[in-house]
Amino acid sequence: MTDKFIFWLIWFVISLAAAPILPGIINKVKAFFAGRKGPSVFQLYYDLVKLLRKESIVSTTSGGVLFFAPAVILATLIGAALFLPFGGQHSPLGFTGDIILFFYLLGTSRVAMIFGALDTGSSFEGMGSSREAHFAALAEAAIFAIIAFLVLLTGRCGTEMLSFTGFSGSMYATSLLLCAGAFFVVLLVENCRVPADDPDTHLELTMIHEAMVLDYAGPDLAAILYAGALKLWLFVSFFVMLLMPAGEWSFLEYSSVFTAGIVLTTVIVGCAESCMARYRFLKVPQMLTGALCTALLAVFFLVFFEGVVR
Amino acid sequence: MDNSLFINIDNGSAVPVEKVPVLETEKFRASLIEAVKNKKREILSFFAMPEGEKFKLIAILGNALAHKFEISSCVIGSSFESMAQKVPAFELFEREIAEQYPITVTGHPWLKPVRNPDKTDFYKMSGDAVHEVAVGPIHAGVIEPGHFRFQCMGEDVYFLEIALGYQHRGIEKLMQGKLDNRFIHMVETASGDTTAAAATAWSHVIEALSGNNAPDDACKIRSIAIELERIACHTGDLGALSGDVAFLPTASFCGRIRGEYLNMTAELCGNRFGRGIAVPGGVRTSLEKARAEKLLAWIDRVRPELYHALDLLFDSPTVLDRFENTGSVSLETAESIGLVGMAGRASGIRRDVRCDYPLPEYGGNPPAMPEIDVQGDVIARARIRYEEIKASHIYLEKMLKEVPAEGLSAAKSENIVLKPDHIAVAVTEAWRGALCYAAVTGNDGSFRRVKIVDPSFHNWTGLAFALRGEQISHFPICNKSFNLSYCGYDL
Repeated sequence: MTDKFIFWLIWFVISLAAAPILPGIINKVKAFFAGRKGPSVFQLYYDLVKLLRKESIVSTTSGGVLFFAPAVILATLIGAALFLPFGGQHSPLGFTGDIILFFYLLGTSRVAMIFGALDTGSSFEGMGSSREAHFAALAEAAIFAIIAFLVLLTGRCGTEMLSFTGFSGSMYATSLLLCAGAFFVVLLVENCRVPADDPDTHLELTMIHEAMVLDYAGPDLAAILYAGALKLWLFVSFFVMLLMPAGEWSFLEYSSVFTAGIVLTTVIVGCAESCMARYRFLKVPQMLTGALCTALLAVFFLVFFEGVVR
Repeated sequence: MDNSLFINIDNGSAVPVEKVPVLETEKFRASLIEAVKNKKREILSFFAMPEGEKFKLIAILGNALAHKFEISSCVIGSSFESMAQKVPAFELFEREIAEQYPITVTGHPWLKPVRNPDKTDFYKMSGDAVHEVAVGPIHAGVIEPGHFRFQCMGEDVYFLEIALGYQHRGIEKLMQGKLDNRFIHMVETASGDTTAAAATAWSHVIEALSGNNAPDDACKIRSIAIELERIACHTGDLGALSGDVAFLPTASFCGRIRGEYLNMTAELCGNRFGRGIAVPGGVRTSLEKARAEKLLAWIDRVRPELYHALDLLFDSPTVLDRFENTGSVSLETAESIGLVGMAGRASGIRRDVRCDYPLPEYGGNPPAMPEIDVQGDVIARARIRYEEIKASHIYLEKMLKEVPAEGLSAAKSENIVLKPDHIAVAVTEAWRGALCYAAVTGNDGSFRRVKIVDPSFHNWTGLAFALRGEQISHFPICNKSFNLSYCGYDL
């Protein structure tokens, strides 16, 4: 029991500490495709240190929400991280149905982000918020279809379900891959990656996430950037856990496979980002509806071909 | 055309002012409307200048079929009746006249400032769901200042208003008076990315007014500089378009390759942006056979890389999805607002100064106009640019191969004396389109009026139309597909 807790704790701490590497890996992959050297994979750490030494500036037109938003965003994301079954171990805080809490903590961080953006009164941030809310609402449908699938597959209702996914039987494998595909699309949209959003753009009129954070400076911006990296880490971890077969793993085995999975997934995100243009906005809802349908198809496979209703 | 209404002149030539017909106001107005509306003349320039207590309006139209310019004038008191309601292309010229002189244009729908954004009353839509988005004049990227105001419902743009003039330097006014050595520098920097084309046009104006034509060798070097400028700008813009839709490979390749063409320009004349190459009477630097061969080898090396990067862009389905049917300007709209150059050709207006009003530069063999189907959307403007890059390459190769063993020599006019009381007009096809320089001299041979019409002056309205009914998130790619000059408009 204590061993399990320590495994979980080690990976929880690694997650919080290593999250800023992921954007660095993506940028390195993008730089490779562009024929450039690119910034160091640790660039975000340098940026965070730099920003923490600066002062926060809160817009005079803001009504105070802007001031609190970064704290709420950071707190909810770290809170959500507490529920993931890191190290293949059930989270000590986990309870039946905590997967709903996990996704709604992520949702709360988004609400804080949107309110903070609306608080500035800037038209760009208003547009960014409206787009973010629109896409998030559609992504939620896909997320719930994915949860339904996982509940059917594992017969469990908490985040620990992620440690019980597996590939036994061809239909299991097919439906699990469909579900993973759906989740990957959600991952791209939720983390503002190409083709749904463009994290590198300086064009206010096309921004989603970037528009919402235009008014943050110094430590506030550091919190936002870190929160973005942590959110990416949580989604990538979720994705890797989803695909890691259930079984008795030693800590070392688990850790190496999990790390490789995280890096590989991030590289795939980077490749996708390098090889395609961003979609027009009208296409993003189609993409999310596609993810929802894919997840429902996974459920369908499970129920009709495997007869699984545990 | 009736000779009593207009006088016909060639591109890059001068006539005595007294030979330009001075019509009655009503006749002037009717003949201009008739010429542009029914006879498909293009407006190259339309400006006013003081004539004693009164003002003289001078209109320069282009007759592409006859390869001639048609100049007409009239003398007015302090007002004249607007032609904008009949011919929308006159709208901006009339606003400019009303801003530059104490002249009232009666019947003009909206005489808002051309180069004074602080005095602009912005158009406003009302309603609960309408929102206004204002961008600039200070932008997030390192670009020129311009203010854009969108009237939106959700993501849809109903109206885009563009307010410019933040870089108004008063170039036209500075260029009045005695011919000065600094004028050529003002011309080159009026819009810094169209240096060679602008300097060539200005040189032709001075050559026409002084009667010293540039030798053939010099003209060839000028045309090489103009085409290098065209390729560099088109390459940079296609890369930027790619960057705006987050398509990395082409964006980063084009950034570097544009630099190669700028460096070729530097090899030709010593400046990456082609400054100081064209001067009245010829060019400042010669082109020896050895350097021509070096340039030729350089182009041979870079061209496949460029074509590869651009093919990647045009073969990528996600990119095509963004570009197709985005920011369309119909042929009808384009003709009525008088789009010029590359943007006009993308809407189907088959005009090109290099073919329509030949200058000695291209020696009767200008680069071919692209023969592709166009819809006036972003992809059309992108494809036209690619085709023009190809045509310019063919032209450059031919010119560089033809450089004789003794090279092309430099030439320059010394002690320029301008003919008094003349008007001269020269138009070049800059990479954005027709760039018109007109100058009127007084009885002492100094300039009474210099009028510059940058292609951007015609085309900014096109951008505003491209955005109507479009998604606001498409503004950056629409804007980049035109990539108009702010300072060329602001002057």
